[in-house]
Amino acid sequence: MGRKSFALPYIIWMVGFTVIPLAMIVFYGLTDRTGAFTLSNVAQIMTAEHAQALWLSVGLSVVSTLICLLLAYPLAMILKGISHSQNSLVVFIFILPMWMNSLLRTMAWQTILSNQGVLNAVLGFFGLPAVRIINTAGAIVFGMVYDFLPFMVLPIYNVLIKIGQDKVDAARDLGANGMQTFFRVIFPMSMPGVVSGITMVFVPSMTTFVISNLLGGGKVLLIGNVIEQAFTSGSNWRLGSGLSLVLMVFIFISMAVLAKYDPEGSNVI
Amino acid sequence: MERTLIDLRDISKKFGDTVVLDELNLTVRENEFVTLLGPSGCGKTTTLRIIGGFVQPTTGQVIFDGKDITKLPPNKRALNTVFQKYALFTHMNIAENIAFGLTIKGKSKDYIQDKIRYALKLVNLDGYESRSVDSLSGGQQQRVAIARAIVNEPKVLLLDEPLGALDLKLRQDMQYELIRMKKELGITFIYVTHDQEEALTMSDTIVVMNQGYIQQMGTPEQIYNEPENAFVADFIGESNIVDGIMLEDRLVEILGVKFPCVDEGFGTNRPVDVVIRPEDIRLSETEPGLLEGEVSHLIFKGVHYEMEVMAGGHEWLVHSTKCFPVGTKVSLNVKPFDIQIMNKPESEDEMAVEVDG
Repeated sequence: MGRKSFALPYIIWMVGFTVIPLAMIVFYGLTDRTGAFTLSNVAQIMTAEHAQALWLSVGLSVVSTLICLLLAYPLAMILKGISHSQNSLVVFIFILPMWMNSLLRTMAWQTILSNQGVLNAVLGFFGLPAVRIINTAGAIVFGMVYDFLPFMVLPIYNVLIKIGQDKVDAARDLGANGMQTFFRVIFPMSMPGVVSGITMVFVPSMTTFVISNLLGGGKVLLIGNVIEQAFTSGSNWRLGSGLSLVLMVFIFISMAVLAKYDPEGSNVI
Repeated sequence: MERTLIDLRDISKKFGDTVVLDELNLTVRENEFVTLLGPSGCGKTTTLRIIGGFVQPTTGQVIFDGKDITKLPPNKRALNTVFQKYALFTHMNIAENIAFGLTIKGKSKDYIQDKIRYALKLVNLDGYESRSVDSLSGGQQQRVAIARAIVNEPKVLLLDEPLGALDLKLRQDMQYELIRMKKELGITFIYVTHDQEEALTMSDTIVVMNQGYIQQMGTPEQIYNEPENAFVADFIGESNIVDGIMLEDRLVEILGVKFPCVDEGFGTNRPVDVVIRPEDIRLSETEPGLLEGEVSHLIFKGVHYEMEVMAGGHEWLVHSTKCFPVGTKVSLNVKPFDIQIMNKPESEDEMAVEVDG
């Protein structure tokens, strides 16, 4: 028994649950019914319906990622600022929803946002006009932000608490005011956290079909919904696999672009 | 005498109920190398941070170049700090770190380039412009931190235990480097350390602090040779501190033996503290001495031997280049000039300081 045998379960896991399924996706995605090589499944992304779903996914994912970033960054700064005994409680409260089933949380929002739901009841109570938000792109963005916000807060917070007060003091000492200290020192130094936060929000937003199913009511089709339907109701595994490959390449390119902003490799100013 | 540059007036600082500084008064002259020396918690770093603007004093004023800057934020003060752990910006390379202050001030590219080259030359790091912070050793990072501070042409450079994280050899080299830089730049250095050797090597003036009070201020020679109280004597170098009675001018009784000394003006028959440095006690096996005793411990220290000698009911610490094995009967002699007489502490504050020190 060598030391390497400890890695065996993980290798079996990776082969069984990552490599083989991926190979199957690639196989289905790049073959036709006769098993011959074809690009037609992949090319299906060019059809108007599929292309529209892909671009809508990109658009909504970018918007929800940006909203998450704008909400999470100030929150992480506040968490860094408050005393240690209190901030662990606040962080705890923020990650608490992650311990609940995300499907359940999304269904709760379906009820809250529906036309006769809690939101409109509250608005009506104050004499405000009802809003029609359920089954719109807005509701989906809302669901994405709600579900994925903790994944943006935590990596940013973890990076921020490691930036010592001495760095802030040094910037102030060298003549920087509060804004300059933030934009030239704190924010650039927190980039690794921002990059991983963006990754952890953007990728699940791109691939989700649960949120769009529940809050989009089938009226708003994201690429995730198209793929899901290809596998389930359409029973067209080859189409689903082809589109999955396109989505994977798309995310891979996004991550490669993002990696340029990770200061581990290069400088960011 | 150079003119006064920094004037701390009645500075007090409390953190909650803890008094860190109590009515501290300190003046620093232009082009002076002042060291704030003391054990941890003595208030030296707080004093430096008050001068730098990172801490607001509870009461008192900071006068800089004739102007009251007590309320001014750090970025508006014409002084720069070298931080204990360097505090370099790890997302920037060396040149960008050094350029930081000048970029903020909107200096031209050419000016900044010249300054970077000059500063790197001054700290002996020519050609390191595009290196990353992580690729540098601790000593090199400290040099960059100094370069980053001095390119802004501060009137005063504040140094907060800058050599604390370096190993002994490097620390000694950097001490000489700092003295050289100070001469080349011709600016005021305010230096914080708990290392008495560092303070003695580099300073024009040493300010010995304890428990938020200044214990003594003076040149390294004054602090070492004429400590004003037992705390200073004990903190600066090693010393034998014994109770004595000042019989009359130039004669002190220690352990029942009369020692001629050079101090005057203490009155007659007055209890005093007597300080004798270990290197000022001469041992002999043959000559008669003021005290007779026996060597009880012997340690080789490299440059000298450290011995403990039981004599007259007191254990004397003695440094000598000559070795006297344990058990040797020796006589002890001290030159009158090497006996330092100090008043016993009178007030309770001073007493407290001494007990805790």
